[in-house]
Amino acid sequence: MMLSAHDLFAILPELLVIFAACAVLALDPITPAAKKDGLAWLSLGTMAICMGLTAARFGSPTTAFGGLVVIDNYSCFWKLLLYFVTGLTILLSLPYLKEERIYFGEYYGFVLLALSGMMVMVSGADLLTIYLGTELMSISLYIMAGLKRADAKSLEASVKYFVLGAFSSGILLYGISLLYGSAGSTQLPAIAAAIAGRSPDDSLLLIATILIAVGFSFKLAVVPFHMWTPDVYQGAPTSVTAFMAVASKAASFGAFMRVFVEGLGGMRANWSLMFLLLCMGTLILGNIVALVQTNVKRMLAYSSIAHAGYALIGVVAAGRLAPTEAASAISSVMLYIALYAFMTFGAFAIIALLRKGGLEGDEIEDFSGLAKRHPFAALLMLVFMVSLAGIPPTAGFIGKFYVFMSAVHAGLTWLAVLALVFAAISAYFYLRLVMVMYMREPEAGTALLPRFVSSPALSIVLACAIAGVVFFGLYPDPIVNLATQATLTLK
Amino acid sequence: MDYLLFGYFAGVIALTAVFVVAFRNPVYSALSLLIMFFHVAGLYVTLHAEFLAAVQIIVYAGAILVLYLFVIMLLNLKTDDRYHSQWRAAAVVGGALLIEFLVLLAGSLSAPPAAVPRVDIETGDNTLAIGETLFSTYLFPFEVASLILLVAMIGAIVLAKREVPETPAS
Repeated sequence: MMLSAHDLFAILPELLVIFAACAVLALDPITPAAKKDGLAWLSLGTMAICMGLTAARFGSPTTAFGGLVVIDNYSCFWKLLLYFVTGLTILLSLPYLKEERIYFGEYYGFVLLALSGMMVMVSGADLLTIYLGTELMSISLYIMAGLKRADAKSLEASVKYFVLGAFSSGILLYGISLLYGSAGSTQLPAIAAAIAGRSPDDSLLLIATILIAVGFSFKLAVVPFHMWTPDVYQGAPTSVTAFMAVASKAASFGAFMRVFVEGLGGMRANWSLMFLLLCMGTLILGNIVALVQTNVKRMLAYSSIAHAGYALIGVVAAGRLAPTEAASAISSVMLYIALYAFMTFGAFAIIALLRKGGLEGDEIEDFSGLAKRHPFAALLMLVFMVSLAGIPPTAGFIGKFYVFMSAVHAGLTWLAVLALVFAAISAYFYLRLVMVMYMREPEAGTALLPRFVSSPALSIVLACAIAGVVFFGLYPDPIVNLATQATLTLK
Repeated sequence: MDYLLFGYFAGVIALTAVFVVAFRNPVYSALSLLIMFFHVAGLYVTLHAEFLAAVQIIVYAGAILVLYLFVIMLLNLKTDDRYHSQWRAAAVVGGALLIEFLVLLAGSLSAPPAAVPRVDIETGDNTLAIGETLFSTYLFPFEVASLILLVAMIGAIVLAKREVPETPAS
């Protein structure tokens, strides 16, 4: 097989992103310090072009490189979400990096390289491609987590993320090699065909499925593989935390569902039970431990763990439903992650620019009396918190509604009820922050009151996030239709 | 002849593997490991996996072992007795592995061998075959792997380079 123009055209968005990343890296040393923002605008322009290219592909699926890469609606959906989140990350980084005094032009290069890894993940139809995409994403993120070099916590986050990430990659690779040994191929359709006639209790297949699930669970931060999340989310620069919490989770869910639905669909009776247990553990631990956090970034880390649990409900339901109905359960997960992106990114954007002297005001105490000093920022945070808690009429409610409905369809009403109970518990810690903002005064004698640093770039980020949360909360049809058209089919 | 070669390689591998844990000087242990890696590579050659043998030498003997030696020399561990008194833990782990091995052995002797797809590696030049596959079928993953190396390299430089100034040098 030779490289053809068709293959190159199919991966044109990936090539553009990689090219832009290399351009940023090459231009950085020769750009005067005053003009470094230009690198961010270059990256943003690339996002806009890629968005157009990928949107034009929606609805005309194709494969490239002999089936190693698929450009279907499913991958286009995730890519559009990823471009959007990456664009917001770049915009948020503009003011944030200045406040944090992180002057690395390479930063935008890493953001783009991480994005290219995520794109490879979601459009990979081969375990090898998906694994390499995961590594490209992860290695870029390990570095970005440590960019706040003067802060020991940031370095700790980087090292912890790296060590645990390396372990999880090893486990994932072990599972992939066992699956290759058992099925004789790394391509997902070939794997599905090879295991179609086999007993789902084939021990080699079972071990391979478990190891691959563990490898992905690390990336998704699912209990009990979530240990790295709070420390990494707290230590990393907040713009990076937002990127990790949203984009890396979206890409991991994209690759994870494709592997389990398109490749290991024949094992779904087994994996849906396994994910049911993981999902329950995640819901319980994520929501309970978030109750006692005093740092907002840590609280949102546990909240992001809990949200992975809610999304997993849809995956469990997809494994239980008949193949014709599973598509709607998968689209509910896609919808959930897409809506989660808006509210989580908004919340992190506010934390990033709430400054206390030269530092971040990321303790819950720092939010006290914010409503008096910065009523607009407090109002936005209120909406994001209400949405994260899943209270109507916000996007968070729509996401939870569709996921819970798919659980009910799959005969898992009790799981939906359990998740609902934990959603009610989660409202406590989300609304506690609101209470602190609106009802409490800062303690007397606090010398440095956190203040909110506003800027045009940040305003765009917050406007996009709030528009998504409110618009899709009131009128979810466009994004629901998109997710329905982009869903995977269980064979 | 095959048995003779296997006997030689396997014997040296077993012996040097024992040396790795038995020597008190970590540098000797690392060098025993090096000899072991070379003999594992030899074993691969007898199996007609020349490419694997070359990778074994380049990656393990060339890169990983040098890394070990660097760490040993940087930490200046000449003789360290701290790790030689862990026989209790070693006995537990070793015992568990021995039981697992015996159970698996018993299982494989009683059950018929599973049908595993066999790859005929004796025909043709496997280095050529791997090279051709890598640059045609697997061109895309290969290029992604090269990007990973690029990111790792730039990342190492960014994280380790001199202290950045507090304000932009304008």
